[in-house]
Amino acid sequence: MSAYVDENTKVVVQGITGHQGAFHAGEMLAFGTKVVAGVSPGKAGTKFMDKVPIVGSVRDAMSFKPDATMISVPAPFVKDAAFEAIDSGINFIYILTEHVPFHDSMAIVHNARRKGAVVIGPNGPGITAVGKCKIGIMPNKIFKKGDVGIASRSGTLTYEIVDAVTKSGMGESTVIGLGGDPVVGLNYIDILKQYEKDPDTEKIVLVGEIGGSNEELAAQYIKKHVTKKVVAYITGRSAPPGKRMGHAGAIIEKGVGTAESKIKAFNEAGVKVAEYPTDVPSLLE
Amino acid sequence: MNLYEYMGKQIFRKYGISVPESYLVEKESDIKPFEKPVVVKSQILLGGRGKSGGIKFARSQKELDDGVRELLGAKIRGLKVTKVLVEEMIHIKKEMYVSIALDRTVKEPILIATTQGGVEIESIPHNELYTRHIDPILGYSDFVGREAVAFMKLEPEIAKQFMSILKILYRVWDEEDCELVEINPLVITEEGKLIAADSKIIVDSDSVYRHKEFEVLDPEKTPLELEASQKGYAFIELDGNIGVIANGAGLTMATLDALTLHKGKPRNFLDLGGTDNSDIVANAFDLVLKAKPKAILVNIFGGVTKCDTVANGIVMAKNKLSITEPIVVRLSGVREDEGRKILKDSNIDSYPTMMEAIERVVKLAGGN
Repeated sequence: MSAYVDENTKVVVQGITGHQGAFHAGEMLAFGTKVVAGVSPGKAGTKFMDKVPIVGSVRDAMSFKPDATMISVPAPFVKDAAFEAIDSGINFIYILTEHVPFHDSMAIVHNARRKGAVVIGPNGPGITAVGKCKIGIMPNKIFKKGDVGIASRSGTLTYEIVDAVTKSGMGESTVIGLGGDPVVGLNYIDILKQYEKDPDTEKIVLVGEIGGSNEELAAQYIKKHVTKKVVAYITGRSAPPGKRMGHAGAIIEKGVGTAESKIKAFNEAGVKVAEYPTDVPSLLE
Repeated sequence: MNLYEYMGKQIFRKYGISVPESYLVEKESDIKPFEKPVVVKSQILLGGRGKSGGIKFARSQKELDDGVRELLGAKIRGLKVTKVLVEEMIHIKKEMYVSIALDRTVKEPILIATTQGGVEIESIPHNELYTRHIDPILGYSDFVGREAVAFMKLEPEIAKQFMSILKILYRVWDEEDCELVEINPLVITEEGKLIAADSKIIVDSDSVYRHKEFEVLDPEKTPLELEASQKGYAFIELDGNIGVIANGAGLTMATLDALTLHKGKPRNFLDLGGTDNSDIVANAFDLVLKAKPKAILVNIFGGVTKCDTVANGIVMAKNKLSITEPIVVRLSGVREDEGRKILKDSNIDSYPTMMEAIERVVKLAGGN
């Protein structure tokens, strides 16, 4: 088993007939992900792309024995969709949707915790175990199988770094996007624990950004518990305080969450920090 | 989204937290006849208003008129005052502090309270703060209040009022979708009453759809930022001269960082997001041009947003808006060759890497 998902992971897609849900479910199938069912209350009984059965509820989808769900429904309905998945016993929940009120995310994350479920997102690109399984929206063609595990708070910036790693001749084991919101399911430390014990991963890249203190906590954790090589990139060095830089979570408030503080923490933990995203591969060598 | 003090106090009043009597003044004719000593408070989103001259005290009609006149329209640390709050002066015996804020790491609200209010909370030693996370599933329970007043050693009559405020404050946090609810100072008056003398509330902008009353406000945005947000773009004005259009918040931030490291000065942050629509790209140019940049950098890593879609949008914008400012484009990822060809046919520079594009645009903007 790779970190969180692998070639045997069976996935349902909640909101498979929506614009985003349909597009990305198609891409996931093309990647090789085992999409076993779609949930779309109005379209039960039909098929997605002539092959994936569509059912009316997650409960009905459980007959396909899913391990994971991708939720792609409008923000006001995300909490209900996630509760439905948690209550049905799905233990791995990826939320694609952006602009979910963080009070809803908080309720989702805490209920998931109580049931032992893992939440990725909201508002992130998902997870890709290269050559095995993709749940999310990362472009299919940027990856190459390798031993670099990546964890990031952004989407496109992650692809930029994956692309740089791939072009350098190295490749990726698993790539995880935590999500850009103030409340998301996973912290870097959760992922570091997975990568540390994952036999497919030898090197780790953390892509951080301004806001909060999860990068600083990750740095402390690396110092004590991570034996594999870790490098980092932090974005938002030039961001003015008090402005939300596109991601709801990317904001410097009362001096907390600056790029300097994060870079300093990583340096103190012996983690090299790249100046530009394209510098990441050379630091991994 | 930050709320002004007067808005926060309206919410406190609605939920049952005592606030001083007050009225809002937006023009001089709003001033009411003087009855008793008042404080005239500029409504701006800054801490330390008093020290910056944003608060006046008035003990006569003249002082009230002068105070309002002086503050309305004034600029305090760069922010224009358009509203002032005229508030009864209260008799302060002691100032305390209480807040509920999001702790992102724990993903729970954290309650902070101390008997030392009226100063920056960061300046109070940690061991003098009562702090407690509140499990959002369990919600607020009265034991939290008992614990807090015991820690703070409050007298019974004050303790009773304080516990009631805590309970209400959590309701405000929960029901109004807040990121922060802060009362600093929470005043104990000479008469022994607890009154919220200030309010700081930050509400989650993503929850506005269920709080229509906040829909009309976004007091922190510039007119151009407001226009951009109405058109659905994440857009922030900065003070440089290079217009920036990129896709994805992280990549856009990284673009600004790389420009800055190359001694370039970004004029704005604009995240196109994921789009397969050329019009969205073209309209982004319209916004950036209004910020009058010397040159424009487009940085795209194609995925959901395909490079040829962006290229078509750029060509559309260039023709429709007769753009004369130099445009430098970086295209990489899905359909990059197609995109680059479209641009080449319209004589627009494009590069495969971010670094090449950045060096070029900084040179064109006259920096470096």
